[in-house]
Amino acid sequence: MTIRPKNAEAIVKMRAAGQVVAEVLDLLRSLCRPGITTADLDAAAVRLMGERGARSLFRGQPHPRGRSPYPGNICVSVNEELVHGIPGPRRIVEGDVVSVDVGVEKDGWCGDAARTFVVGRATPGVLSLVETTAEALEIVRREARAGVLWSAVAGCIQTLVESRGFSVVREYVGHGIGRQMWEAPRVPNYVGGDMARDDFLLAEGVTLAVEPMVSMGRRHVREMADGWTVVAADGMPCAHFEDTFVIRPDGAEPLTRL
Amino acid sequence: MAKDVIRLEGKVAEALPNAMFRVELENGHRVLAHVSGRMRMNFIRILPGDQVTVELSPYDLAKGRIVYRAG
Repeated sequence: MTIRPKNAEAIVKMRAAGQVVAEVLDLLRSLCRPGITTADLDAAAVRLMGERGARSLFRGQPHPRGRSPYPGNICVSVNEELVHGIPGPRRIVEGDVVSVDVGVEKDGWCGDAARTFVVGRATPGVLSLVETTAEALEIVRREARAGVLWSAVAGCIQTLVESRGFSVVREYVGHGIGRQMWEAPRVPNYVGGDMARDDFLLAEGVTLAVEPMVSMGRRHVREMADGWTVVAADGMPCAHFEDTFVIRPDGAEPLTRL
Repeated sequence: MAKDVIRLEGKVAEALPNAMFRVELENGHRVLAHVSGRMRMNFIRILPGDQVTVELSPYDLAKGRIVYRAG
């Protein structure tokens, strides 16, 4: 499978969208304190997007299986929630593990990134979970060079995560990104199964949203009744980090960092 | 926002023996799918040409289970 790279002009625009995402994540990091509701985080994020001439990619996103479209502007997933948590009246409390996922469209191009914040004090296990997931993105920066197969990078992510005793979620994957939020290819964080058939060669200029999703317990997840929120089936905490990257000869360059 | 890998929309291409079906997915892949137990219980008939939702096995993405029939 070959994936079409983006030209320099497109990368400039994707970086502009990515910088808005980075600014929003930075704002959310400062706001994510005990007492704030997840709806407050959503409101602050959408305000900043508007000021920067960007719009949320998530609001109104059709459900993959025909349930109602996504109602929030960002995703806020707390503790055992892995991804796609819908902002609402829930208040953040000390010790929460809060994953925020932000995607914007600006000038016709997309940026998508996520961070997991630990609110206040946490157990060493939770800190290790979050650090490990963040480290997985550093592996991507280093290893996802032009000329390398994605499976080689995914193997490194999986090995790191499993060596710390955590699990890589299989049901959700990263994705190509450009004018659309979800473009080909699928970008899994594990090796095996579909990888043999769907593996792809990284080429300079290919843009990918890479998003390791890691559970502290077992890898199995389920979807809540709202149709969107994905939680760890065993109720253990989860972490989720994501950046939009452009592949270069010497590594992957993040577009969603300040 | 992460992409959901496991369930995909498709169209039944062929009915095979043993209540198995060949389903052509929107992404062009063809998978071998059986009908989920719940759908068998409700006697939902599946015919070639039907739009269906297939839940893929995370272990072998060439095999799946039909969980919904559209309409």
